[in-house]
Amino acid sequence: MEKYFQKEIECASREEITRIQNEKLTEQVKHVWNNVSYYRKKMEKAGVTPDDIKTIDDLHKLPFMSKADLRETYPDGLLAVPREEVVRIHSTSGTTGKRVIAYYTQGDMDLWEECCARALVAAGASKEDVVQVSYGYGLFTGGLGLDGGSRKVGCMTVPMSSGNTERQIMFIQDLKASIICCTPSYAAYLGESMKEMGLTAKEIPLKAGIFGAEAWSEEMRKNIEETLGIKAFDIYGLTELSGPGVAYECSEQHGMHINEDHFIAEIIDPKTLEVLPHGTQGELVFTAIDKKGFPMMRYRTRDICVLSEEKCSCGRTFIRMAKPMGRSDDMLIIRGVNVFPSQIETVLLEHGYQANYQIIIDRVNNTDTFDIHVEMTPEMFTDNVAEISKAQNELMQGLVNMLGIKAKVTLVAPKSITRSEGKAVRVIDNRKI
Amino acid sequence: MSVKQISIFLENKPGKMCEVSEVLAERGINMRGISLAETEGFGIVRIIVDDVYEATTVLKDNDFLNKLTSVVVAEIPDIPGGLSQILKVFADEDINLAYMYALSAEGPTNKAYMVFKVDDHKTAQAALTRAGIRVVSQEEISSL
Repeated sequence: MEKYFQKEIECASREEITRIQNEKLTEQVKHVWNNVSYYRKKMEKAGVTPDDIKTIDDLHKLPFMSKADLRETYPDGLLAVPREEVVRIHSTSGTTGKRVIAYYTQGDMDLWEECCARALVAAGASKEDVVQVSYGYGLFTGGLGLDGGSRKVGCMTVPMSSGNTERQIMFIQDLKASIICCTPSYAAYLGESMKEMGLTAKEIPLKAGIFGAEAWSEEMRKNIEETLGIKAFDIYGLTELSGPGVAYECSEQHGMHINEDHFIAEIIDPKTLEVLPHGTQGELVFTAIDKKGFPMMRYRTRDICVLSEEKCSCGRTFIRMAKPMGRSDDMLIIRGVNVFPSQIETVLLEHGYQANYQIIIDRVNNTDTFDIHVEMTPEMFTDNVAEISKAQNELMQGLVNMLGIKAKVTLVAPKSITRSEGKAVRVIDNRKI
Repeated sequence: MSVKQISIFLENKPGKMCEVSEVLAERGINMRGISLAETEGFGIVRIIVDDVYEATTVLKDNDFLNKLTSVVVAEIPDIPGGLSQILKVFADEDINLAYMYALSAEGPTNKAYMVFKVDDHKTAQAALTRAGIRVVSQEEISSL
């Protein structure tokens, strides 16, 4: 039986959702116009006033926001409420330059935690569950977001934070944790560690996991589900839009439902910036329509994905977003070819390796070098050099087929690649361009 | 009768072999034989030790990927032509050798010991025994 945290809204009719979105959007546009001079200037420059935004069909008239705007307004240029209204901040590391600081009013915290609660209930959570939150706590939104959601559902919440794998496993076993929330790469690592300790999937009390903050593939999902004996759910979000819970997976595990009563999604062509119809692949753009402290209008996420309006058998009416192909930030251009780390992960798992790898790019004599370090696994290791080399060559061929360019694969010792207890260091780009 | 050889995955980097030998030394494990197969990117070091269980445990604890492989260890007279006696047996019996290397023996002795990796170690052992060549067991490794 499908369970919902807030059934009336999660299963509302399209008309009802559109009505809510129209109402909240027009309000929000007035809010940013009145309270954030940076937004007002941007809108004035684009020749738009709040009067031009009457329904969600007018959304396209608003200017885009991007990481560059966030850098420019650091630390509080986008704060839209008086400081005394703020009860929490979170922050994310910008890959370049300054960090992003997001501000939350009590209302913002409630709506965010409700989004996380919807995700947890969709993954099967109820008051009886023990939820181990193994995302980092602190400025990172992962830990405290799921923590708040879990408490909203009424679950026994274990604030483990990341790291200390032995203690993680001890608590899972001793408290009979039934749901775990962490990054997918950490889930895979936990699974491996538990397997090494001789624990079988049956002996692990977990039944579900909510994994996000990183790109991961379907193969990786299967892998985690098998080793931990759980159902693995994807969750999507970013600090700029509150954190995890912007979209969440249901029991169908086929795309993530976007919390449309709080966020409006659009897909655009990243080059022409034109809005594309649902079903077309492009860059995901979000507008937060009722977050007051740190509103975000038409924020370019850099995530490349597809939206689907198709009816979901779980009963939810929120549209779904496919698992992003990867952030366009993650996208590497090597010898002129677009490469997503998620593609490499897929090939590795298909060839019997695990998704423990590191991409090293450099430029020598004006040509990009492309090295992939792959951890050897007990399953792939034999005493026979020829067999190992054959598997390695097959892997390289598989990569050429997937990526269209050749990579040099080096087999490295297990656990020699820095593991992500937070986020994985997958790419080292030494090119000085 | 076969002897357990430990094959260890090694990255092709300075100091890696040293790390293996150090972790074994710390646990007081004596290597009686060693051989290295290398490629451009990685190597496999193969060792024969006196205490297989202890060695595999300490290697695992130190995250060295390893696997056990059955090999044949034969005793030969330490004289010119000693090795040829064995190789002749393998050649006559059509037994293909994957690789081979020597084991050390303690003290003054006129014996030498060779490790052989073949597809079917049972057939190889039987052939050697028939030819009057002594095959060494796992238990004997520590007393060689």
